[in-house]
Amino acid sequence: MKKEDYKKLVKKVSPKEPKLRNVLVAFFTGGLIGLIGQIIITLLNVSFGLSKVEAGGWLALIIIFVSTLMTALGFFDKWVTTCKSGLIVPTTGFAHSVASAALDYRNDGLITGLGSNFFKLAGSVILYGVISSFILVIVKVIFCG
Amino acid sequence: MSYLLAFLFAGVVCALGQIILDNTKLTPGHVTSLFTVGGAILSFCGCYDYLISHFGAGATVVIANFGHMLFSSAWQGYLEEGILGIFSGMFVKSSIAITGVIVFSFIFAIIFKPKD
Repeated sequence: MKKEDYKKLVKKVSPKEPKLRNVLVAFFTGGLIGLIGQIIITLLNVSFGLSKVEAGGWLALIIIFVSTLMTALGFFDKWVTTCKSGLIVPTTGFAHSVASAALDYRNDGLITGLGSNFFKLAGSVILYGVISSFILVIVKVIFCG
Repeated sequence: MSYLLAFLFAGVVCALGQIILDNTKLTPGHVTSLFTVGGAILSFCGCYDYLISHFGAGATVVIANFGHMLFSSAWQGYLEEGILGIFSGMFVKSSIAITGVIVFSFIFAIIFKPKD
């Protein structure tokens, strides 16, 4: 069999990802998280009299609390398989990556397992976020003073 | 109206992430890192505050906001304390997210047993 024929065969046999459905599901789950976030912020702002900044802080904590709890209870992995980037792109994905690494490696010991693998997945987000912010601040200092 | 805008913005960003995931070989780790860097760049251009004021929670729940918090607090630190402020200020705003993730993940990892 020629290489190109083989490639065609692989393409034919491998299961097709329903791309359009994935995008729509991600759109609705992500949008739903944004909507719930907006409801929580309005609620905290109006009912508890918190400022927008304080309400945003509490919102971040609530989202992180719920998603780490759901990860620990074992629901989150199933939801990610269905909703995909609708749950990965919001802060829920960041919290999920830390919580699942913590749960997975806990049995290897508190230091060598949990401690050293804690930021295994979320480390890249923090690393590249800090590095890019640092470079951009330096650029802004040079050009804008 | 603000609810609809929050829904649309968060939805579009997540759909964009899904399009990248489906059509390239990038993993979720790549996509989240990419969006964080993107958020820092938007913050650098001065767009992110505009996004937050228009789309509210839609702009704050996505991971790009993490990059925005890092950049804006580092810049704030520079304005207040100079070069040293970049280092001391970097995590000021994102401290809530990072400390929250560490505390809750640790507690739940100790309490719950992993399911397979």
